[in-house]
Amino acid sequence: MILGVDGVAFTYRSAPVIREITFDLRPHQILAILGPNGVGKTTLLKCMNAILRPKSGSVLVEGTDLLTADRMEIARKVGYVPQRCEAGRMTVFDAVLLGRRPHIGWDVTDADIRIVEAAIRMLHLEDLSLRYIDEMSGGELQKVSIARALVQEPRVLLLDEPTSSLDLKNQLEILGIVRRVTTDHDVAAVMTMHDLNMALRYADRFILLKDGVIHAAGSPDVVTPETIEAVYGVSVTVERYNGFRFVVPLAPESA
Amino acid sequence: MHFADGAIPAEYLGYVRKKNLWILGGVVLLVLLLIVSISVGAVSIPPYDVFLSLVNGSIDRINAFLHPGAAVSVSNTDLIVWNIRLPQALAAIVAGVGLSVAGVAMQSILRNPLGSPFTLGISNAGAFGAAVSVILLGTGQMHSTIADAVTLNNPYLTTMVAFVFCLLATAVILLISRIRGASPEVMVLAGVALSSLFTAGTMFLQYFADDTQLAAVVFWTFGDVGRANWQELGIMTLVTIAACLFFVANRWNYNAIDAGDETAKGLGVSVERVRDIGMVVAALVSAVIVSFLGVIGFVGLVCPHMVRRLIGDDQRYLIPGSCVMGGVLLLASDTVARVIVAPYILPVAVLTAFLGAPVFIYLLLAGYRR
Repeated sequence: MILGVDGVAFTYRSAPVIREITFDLRPHQILAILGPNGVGKTTLLKCMNAILRPKSGSVLVEGTDLLTADRMEIARKVGYVPQRCEAGRMTVFDAVLLGRRPHIGWDVTDADIRIVEAAIRMLHLEDLSLRYIDEMSGGELQKVSIARALVQEPRVLLLDEPTSSLDLKNQLEILGIVRRVTTDHDVAAVMTMHDLNMALRYADRFILLKDGVIHAAGSPDVVTPETIEAVYGVSVTVERYNGFRFVVPLAPESA
Repeated sequence: MHFADGAIPAEYLGYVRKKNLWILGGVVLLVLLLIVSISVGAVSIPPYDVFLSLVNGSIDRINAFLHPGAAVSVSNTDLIVWNIRLPQALAAIVAGVGLSVAGVAMQSILRNPLGSPFTLGISNAGAFGAAVSVILLGTGQMHSTIADAVTLNNPYLTTMVAFVFCLLATAVILLISRIRGASPEVMVLAGVALSSLFTAGTMFLQYFADDTQLAAVVFWTFGDVGRANWQELGIMTLVTIAACLFFVANRWNYNAIDAGDETAKGLGVSVERVRDIGMVVAALVSAVIVSFLGVIGFVGLVCPHMVRRLIGDDQRYLIPGSCVMGGVLLLASDTVARVIVAPYILPVAVLTAFLGAPVFIYLLLAGYRR
């Protein structure tokens, strides 16, 4: 077990947002957190690296409780890719180099630069490495953001809707990279997602959130017409094609 | 997670070298400008003599410091250079560096391109403090000398009161942001509100002031780097150097905050604390400069943006680059201010915008340097 989340609850202005969230994850696993808008997916993700402070519970990464660790220590264990990141007048290389921040003392070392170069090559950004990120497309920027989280050399990767603004090709590429990173580097990844089919294609563990609590959790088998209907309020059928599962809505929900 | 080591890309190292060369070039320009600035004026001194006087004077002073009683040779040139022009030129550099570095830090901390000591009300708070001191505490007075029509008969008290009000403005901004949770929008808007409040307060006091008091307040408000003596210059220099070191030490934190608060937190930055402490340091250095020299606008806002256009937003280069640019702009302005309507000497605050605005607008139109 690399990540253990136990009884995490978060309260916003005395209203509970998420409650009793408990699960664990082994290296190489990708967990997809599913659920409708506003159910607390992002809140849960932010609680897991203490960007938000849970009211109770614990988040253990390799035995260290992140909720009592200092920020720098968390950053060495957990890489976080937010939904959006700001793009200033900075080169791709420098933007990725920023991910070494939790490891940098006074200044960058050659080792830092080598790690950044390796991550840039892994995400096929080498031709762009001296381009400015404020001139890049959404997909390229998302790759920069992921490369930045990778050079933190974390044990757990958190991704908040990593494919929400990307075209089909970029979605496949980004999720393929997440897949490769988790297997090649003994890392676990947690992603919040809206696209159920992409989630079914790339994740191997699932949590369906309803009203701030876990409605169903486990292998792809928990994604059934019943759980989807209970969580999203939409009737669907789950079909198989070419070895992948697909969620197909039965009737459009109209007024 | 561990990466197989990649190579060190030569293009990146070349790119870094180019940024460092820009900054080094700025430093060379600043030194040349210093010599030119000292050489021009009512009595013109050849630049080479200025150079000799600076070098020999420095050696003599170090000597005198090491061996008390050793003589310091003083010619007329040395007198002009060391007692009149050097302190003024250094004050221009220090003030330029301090205001510019405060501006660049505030722009990052507040995530707002309009962040500067002026925008946040610190300058106007200082001006209000000076008005209180002159009008209510009676520290302003008319002198009928030709060179200086108006003087403040108690400059120390004026400076102190101005300083107190600068800190008061900062404290209020921080207090408001504490209540609302250190959000940058709240800080900027609170600063704008305070700025207007202090301007209104100054106008109110001026309305009830007599002629001499009014003249003294207006005179104080024109930022002038000729005001500082060696001792005041020493205080400003220490505070400015300390602030620069602080901001340079925080360059990675500001880079992270520039990438978004959540990214920064994910990278291990305690965003709220970095923001609060950075604000205090930026406000302190601005307050010291404003209270000694008066209101000097524009430098803190615009120098960082000029540097952004030239070498980008990376704080590793932006912070030192802005320091150099601030020194260059304020020293150049002061030099022009001393000669443009000679024998009269304009306060530098009048010239910074005159000289800086066209350059800035040109850079805005030209876009980023590739």
